[in-house]
Amino acid sequence: MSLVFYLIAALTVAGGLASMVLKNTVHCALALTVAFAGLALFFLNLDAQFAGFAQILVYIGAVAILVVFAILLTKGSETPKDGVFSRTWLAGLAVAAAVFAVLGWAILHTAPMLPGATPAPAVTVEQIGQALIGRYVLPLEIVAVLLTAALIGAVIVAMHEKEGTK
Amino acid sequence: MIRNLDQIFVLLQHWLVSFLAAAWQGAAGVLINAAAIVCVFPALFAVAVWLERKGLGRMQNRLGPNRVGPYGLLQPIADGIKSLTKEDIVPLSADTVVHFLAPVLLVVTAFMGFAVLPMGRNMVLVDLDAGLLFYFAMGASTELAVFMAGWSSRNKYSLLGAMRAVAQMISYEVVLLLSSVVVVMMAGSLSLTKIVEAQNHYTWGFPHWYIFTPWGLAAFVMYAIAATAETNRSPFDLPEGESELVAGYHTEYSGFKFALFFLGEYVAMFSISGLGTTLFLGGWSAPFSFLTWVPSWIWFFSKLMLSIFVFIWMRGTLPRLRQDQLMNFAWKFVLPMCLLNLMVAAVWRFMGDGWLRWFVCSAILILAYAGMGWSELRKKHIGPRSYRYAE
Amino acid sequence: MTPLAGYLLVAALIFSIGLAGALTRRNAILVLIGIELMLNAANLNLIAFWRYGPHPELLTGMMFAIFSIAVAAAEAAVGLGLVISIHRHAKTTDLDQMNRMKG
Repeated sequence: MSLVFYLIAALTVAGGLASMVLKNTVHCALALTVAFAGLALFFLNLDAQFAGFAQILVYIGAVAILVVFAILLTKGSETPKDGVFSRTWLAGLAVAAAVFAVLGWAILHTAPMLPGATPAPAVTVEQIGQALIGRYVLPLEIVAVLLTAALIGAVIVAMHEKEGTK
Repeated sequence: MIRNLDQIFVLLQHWLVSFLAAAWQGAAGVLINAAAIVCVFPALFAVAVWLERKGLGRMQNRLGPNRVGPYGLLQPIADGIKSLTKEDIVPLSADTVVHFLAPVLLVVTAFMGFAVLPMGRNMVLVDLDAGLLFYFAMGASTELAVFMAGWSSRNKYSLLGAMRAVAQMISYEVVLLLSSVVVVMMAGSLSLTKIVEAQNHYTWGFPHWYIFTPWGLAAFVMYAIAATAETNRSPFDLPEGESELVAGYHTEYSGFKFALFFLGEYVAMFSISGLGTTLFLGGWSAPFSFLTWVPSWIWFFSKLMLSIFVFIWMRGTLPRLRQDQLMNFAWKFVLPMCLLNLMVAAVWRFMGDGWLRWFVCSAILILAYAGMGWSELRKKHIGPRSYRYAE
Repeated sequence: MTPLAGYLLVAALIFSIGLAGALTRRNAILVLIGIELMLNAANLNLIAFWRYGPHPELLTGMMFAIFSIAVAAAEAAVGLGLVISIHRHAKTTDLDQMNRMKG
């Protein structure tokens, strides 16, 4: 496990923790961006260049900005009076800890059976293109329809209602 | 000898690297290349600042700066000294960490785009297979830095400027991507070196640049519009319009941080012009086949400075677009034309070589443009000019 | 510990951090942020298994991750639209106060 892996892991986990713990909502959104960047670095470390750059373009370039706009439009940058954690925070934390314990046990228990270090696969963007149009053309078309539906749906849900009959 | 002149920077780098032990040579080579980029483009920034102030001045029928040095050539140095020695004022209620990081993030992401631009034959920092995607990923990260700057200042003008800037940049990002996708489709690769290689052929002395095809010209015009909007230049500079919003998202910045914003904006302009020349104007290839003896990096930087001059020219000539007008323009006019351009490029490819495809593709594009323009103009009732004087 | 086990552990950690945040924070937008973290952790899992799995040239893991990124972006857009719409109606995004269906 190289030093690069530990550094990126530290960055990502720190970003994730900060985004869930900080009081100011906009700081949480910016910490989330750091976590996304850490994940993109993980993808690049795993020789998945297309996925890494797509992660930066979509998540940091679009989703993070969307989250920030939503925070500003719902006045989320004012700190609430009653504290930021809900009344049942202990139960939530216990559930998350239990999930991590189960996953961690499963991973460590089966660690000897996992494949070791393999040589890096040489993946070109042309192969991804061929796969998208060849084997995965149905998911591609369905995702296109889904994105159109999500676009129209989000606009309709968030649109101002017109006065009077509509 | 001509080939040596063309590759002079590559040979210089090899010579510098040869002084080190073999284990360090790879990393040292990359570091030297990156250091060269970080030194050259701020120097070009100084030249561009001078060019802009003199050029705008002349277009507005006045002399630009002419006191500091002959023809004001030392003005950028005076500006630099001024901004480095000014007091760094941070508002009391501003968010200090985010306020500090915003210009840093902007400059870093603006410089990252140069890593994939081929500035001459064999002169690209990293030849990535998905180079164009990396460039757009870095461009998308710039928007977040703009928002951070506007929000952290706790100033209504800054926040308004930042929201307008981000909305504008997101809308024109789509146009930028779609107009570049046409080039990728025809060149068959996302790697910028392969795109330049595909344009480096000559027929009867004329180059095969993509701007000389009907779909390429349409795509270049839309790319240029999107590039001026992405870098918040006139006529799309409402986010930093001095007569409207004080200074937009960099209102509360002074001294060196303001200089960093300025640097970031000009470096983004250079990098997007560099990408435009790579995609449409043939990158480092010469305009005529009898001019290929001139070094390739001279061609790249000449085309880059020509694009910068066109940016300055547009700033001095065109009036500013209002926010709703520019969003309307992006989504309702430019985006459908981009999609039509994609289909026209597909028709071009499938019609095979010959004069017929030139005629058909040009006819489709011109008819669509004229049709949409006529239908938009018909809605506006442009009557005779009327004046109201204050009584 | 193999490299793959390291990546899976980090993904599990990020997943549980996202889950903890989604279950304990009051603001609806922070719940959505937690969900995004969980989706990203699953993507990391997919890419790690693609890289160290038996047939990386089939590109299955990478394709799955790319489609997952696209769908997650769409879901974030719709979710945030809903939060904005709720805020317009209830004037708050505090999930502890949205208990009209209780009891």
